[in-house]
Amino acid sequence: MEDALLLHRLQFAFTVSFHYLFPQLTMGLGLLIVVFKWIALRKNDERYNATARFWAKIFAVNFAIGVVTGIPMEFQFGTNWARFSTFAGGVIGQTLAMEGVFAFFLESSFLGLFLFGEKKLGPKGHFVAAFMVFIGSWISGYFIIATNAWMQHPVAYELATDGSVQLTSYWGLLFNPWVGWQYTHNMIGAVITGAFAVTAVGAYYLLANRDVEYGKIFVRTGVIAGLISTILVAFPTGDGQGKNIAHHQPVTLAAMEGLFETKEGAELLLIGQPDMEKLKMDNPIHVPNMLSFLTYNRWEAEVKGLDAFPKEVWPTNIPLLYYSYHIMVGLGTIFIAIMLVATYLLWKKTLFKARSFLWILMLAFPFPYIANTAGWMTAELGRQPWLVYGLMRTVDGTSTTVSAGNALFTLLGFLGMYFVIGVLFLFLVVKAINHGPEHLSPKH
Amino acid sequence: MEILWFCIIAFMIAMYVILDGFDLGVGILHLFVARSDEERRTVLGAIGPVWDGNEVWLLAAGGTLYFAFPLLYASSFSGFYLPLMIVLWLLMLRGLGIELRHHVDHPMWKAFWDSTFSIGSLLLAIFFGAALGNVVRGVPLNADGYFFEPLWTTFTVVPEAGILDWFTVIMGLVALTTLTVHGGNYLAMKTEGKMQERARTVAGIAWWGVLLTAIASLVSASAIRPEIWTNFSEHPWGYFFPVLGLAGLLGMVVFNKKKADMKAFLSSTAFIAGMLASTAFGLFPNVLPASTNPAYNLTVYNTAAHSYGLRVGIIWWTIGIVIALGYFTYLFFSFRGKVKVRADSEGY
Repeated sequence: MEDALLLHRLQFAFTVSFHYLFPQLTMGLGLLIVVFKWIALRKNDERYNATARFWAKIFAVNFAIGVVTGIPMEFQFGTNWARFSTFAGGVIGQTLAMEGVFAFFLESSFLGLFLFGEKKLGPKGHFVAAFMVFIGSWISGYFIIATNAWMQHPVAYELATDGSVQLTSYWGLLFNPWVGWQYTHNMIGAVITGAFAVTAVGAYYLLANRDVEYGKIFVRTGVIAGLISTILVAFPTGDGQGKNIAHHQPVTLAAMEGLFETKEGAELLLIGQPDMEKLKMDNPIHVPNMLSFLTYNRWEAEVKGLDAFPKEVWPTNIPLLYYSYHIMVGLGTIFIAIMLVATYLLWKKTLFKARSFLWILMLAFPFPYIANTAGWMTAELGRQPWLVYGLMRTVDGTSTTVSAGNALFTLLGFLGMYFVIGVLFLFLVVKAINHGPEHLSPKH
Repeated sequence: MEILWFCIIAFMIAMYVILDGFDLGVGILHLFVARSDEERRTVLGAIGPVWDGNEVWLLAAGGTLYFAFPLLYASSFSGFYLPLMIVLWLLMLRGLGIELRHHVDHPMWKAFWDSTFSIGSLLLAIFFGAALGNVVRGVPLNADGYFFEPLWTTFTVVPEAGILDWFTVIMGLVALTTLTVHGGNYLAMKTEGKMQERARTVAGIAWWGVLLTAIASLVSASAIRPEIWTNFSEHPWGYFFPVLGLAGLLGMVVFNKKKADMKAFLSSTAFIAGMLASTAFGLFPNVLPASTNPAYNLTVYNTAAHSYGLRVGIIWWTIGIVIALGYFTYLFFSFRGKVKVRADSEGY
C-alpha cells in the first residue's frame, strides 16, 4: 500500500512537472505573439510579422507537446486516484469538463488557422486567430487553477450521505477566494518564462552577430515584458498568494518559511538548512521582523511556527517544501535585478553592445522554468498531507485496485516516453533557432 | 437528469468516434494508400487542421463523464489501468507523428513518423473496439464498484477475463475494419487521382471485413449478454438505431461502388452512430455491467453526481457545445474541398 502510494505520487508529480514545462511557454509566448502581431498591425512593420512567424514555429512544437503530455493528466485522476475521483468528481469534474468544452475546442480550432492561415486570413484575421489561441490557453489555465484552488481551499460543496462531496454553488467554485491570486501569480510566472525565452534567443543573435535586426526586437520586447512581469509576480500577486496561505494554511506557511517556533516579530529566513531531527534551522541568515511585516503588515505581529500545530497536519516533506519555496523566491528576486539592469541599459541605448550582460540574458532562460516548477512544488507539497485540504488525505485518494507493480510499469513507461519527447523538443527548437527568422514566408 | 447526461455522454463519445475515427482510419491507411512523399503530405494535409479538434472530443467526453458520473469514471479508469496507459502512449506517439513529420526534410525522419502515425492509429482502433467489448461483456466489479483487469488471462469469456478475450478481440476487429472504411471514405472525399482510387478500393475491400466481424460480434454479444435485447423488446422505438446502422452498412457498399464518396462517408458515419447508439440503448441503465454479480452493476443511477451539479452543468455544457459546434462548422467549412499540396508549402 505504502509502495503504491509513493509510486502514484511520483508518477503524477513527474508527469505534471514535465507537462507544465510546455504550457507555461505556450501561455507566456501566446501573449507575446499577440503583442508582436499587434505592433505589426499598428506600425505596418513586416519585421514584427516575421518575428511572430518565427515564434509561432517554436510555439507550434511547444503546443503539440503540451497537448500530448496534458492528456495523461486528466486520465490519471481516474486511473491512479480513483477514490479521490469518486469523492470529489462531482465538484472538480465541473472545472475539468469546462476546460475541455470552453478552452480546448477554442484552442484546437484556431491553432490550425493561426499556424497555416496567415495568407488566407489577411493581417487582421491572422491577428484574431493569434488572439483566440492566446485566450484559449489562458482560459484553460483558469479552469486548471480553479480546480487546484478547490483542492487547496475547498468551497461551495457539501458532504453527501455516501461520503462524497457535491457542488452547491457554481459561481462559488469558479470564484473561490483562493483562485484570484493563484491565477494571476501563475499566469505572470508563465509570461516570465516567455519573456526570458524571447530575450535569450535575441541575445544569442546579437552575440553571434546574425539576424541582428531581429535580435534587437526580441531583446527589446523581451526585456520590457520581463521587467513588468518579474515585478508583478512578486507584488501584488506573490504577496497576495502568500497572504492566502497565511490565512488558510498557516501550518504550510510555517513550513515554507522554516519557522519552527511561534514568535512575535518573526524573522524572514533567506538561507539555511532545516534539521528535521532537532527541529531547528542550521546556518540561518535572516532579516529580523521581516516575516511578521510581510504576513501581517506589522513588525511585531505574531507568526505561528510549526510548534503551534499537531504533527499530523505538518506537510509531509518539509525540507523539500522549504527549499522549493526559497528557490522560487530567490530566483524571482534575481529576475527582478536582471531585468532592472537590462531596462536601464536599454534606456541608455547600450544594451545591444553590452556583451557580457547579453551573455547573462542568454543563459538565464532555464531559470524561469525552475522557478515556476519550484512554485508549483511549493503549492502541492504545501497542501500535504491533504489531497483536498482538510477533507481528504492523500493516502486515502489512490486507486486501491492498481497494484504497485502496475504503477511502476507505467511510471517507467512515462520516464522513457518523456525522455524521448524532451530530446525531440530540444532538437526541433535548436533547429528553428539556427534557421532564424529571416527567411520565413507567410504560410498558406 | 441522469438519463439526459447518459445521452449527452453517449453523444460526445459518438462524436469522438465519428470525428477522430476518420483520422484514425486515415492513419491506418496512410502507409498503403499514400506512396510518395507528396501523397503522404496530402494525407496529413487532409486531417492536419482538424485532427487535434477531433481528439478534443475524447477529452471533453472524459471530463463530462468525470463530473456527471464520478464513480463510473474512477472505476473504469482505474480498472482499465494498463490499456488506458497504453492508449495514452499511442495517442502521444501518433500526435507527434502528425505534427513533427514536416519539421525535418529527411527521408528517414519522415519514414519513421509515417510508421509511428500509422501503427499508432491501427493499435488505437483495436484498443477502442476492445474497450467497448469490455463494457458489453462486463468486468469483475467488487462491492465498492471497483475492479482491475489484466491485459489478458486465458482469452476466454469468464468472470476473470482480461481486457483481451476472443469476444473483445472481435470487437477490436470490428473497430479496425469500420474505421478503415470510414477513413478510406474520408480520403476519397478529400483527394483526387490515384490516391482517391486506392482509397475507394481499400474501403470496398475492408467493407467485407466490417460485414463479417459485425455479424460475428452481434452473434457473440447476443450469446454473452442476451439481456441487451430486453430494452428493444420493451421499447420497440429503439430499433431505429440498429436500422440506422444497417442502412449505413448498406450505404457504405452501394455508394462505394457508385463512387459517391460524400454519401459513402455519411453512410459509414451512420453505421458508427447507429451501432454505438444501439449498444448504449441495449445496456441502459447499466453503464458498466459486472461479470461477478449483477447486483454490482454500475448504472447511471448509482454512479451519478448530485442534482445541483448536473442541473448547472446542463446550462454551461449547452452554451459551450453550441460555441464548439460553431467553431467546427467554421473550421470544416473553411477547409472544404480537395486537399492540394504545393511543393513549396510548409504545412504538413
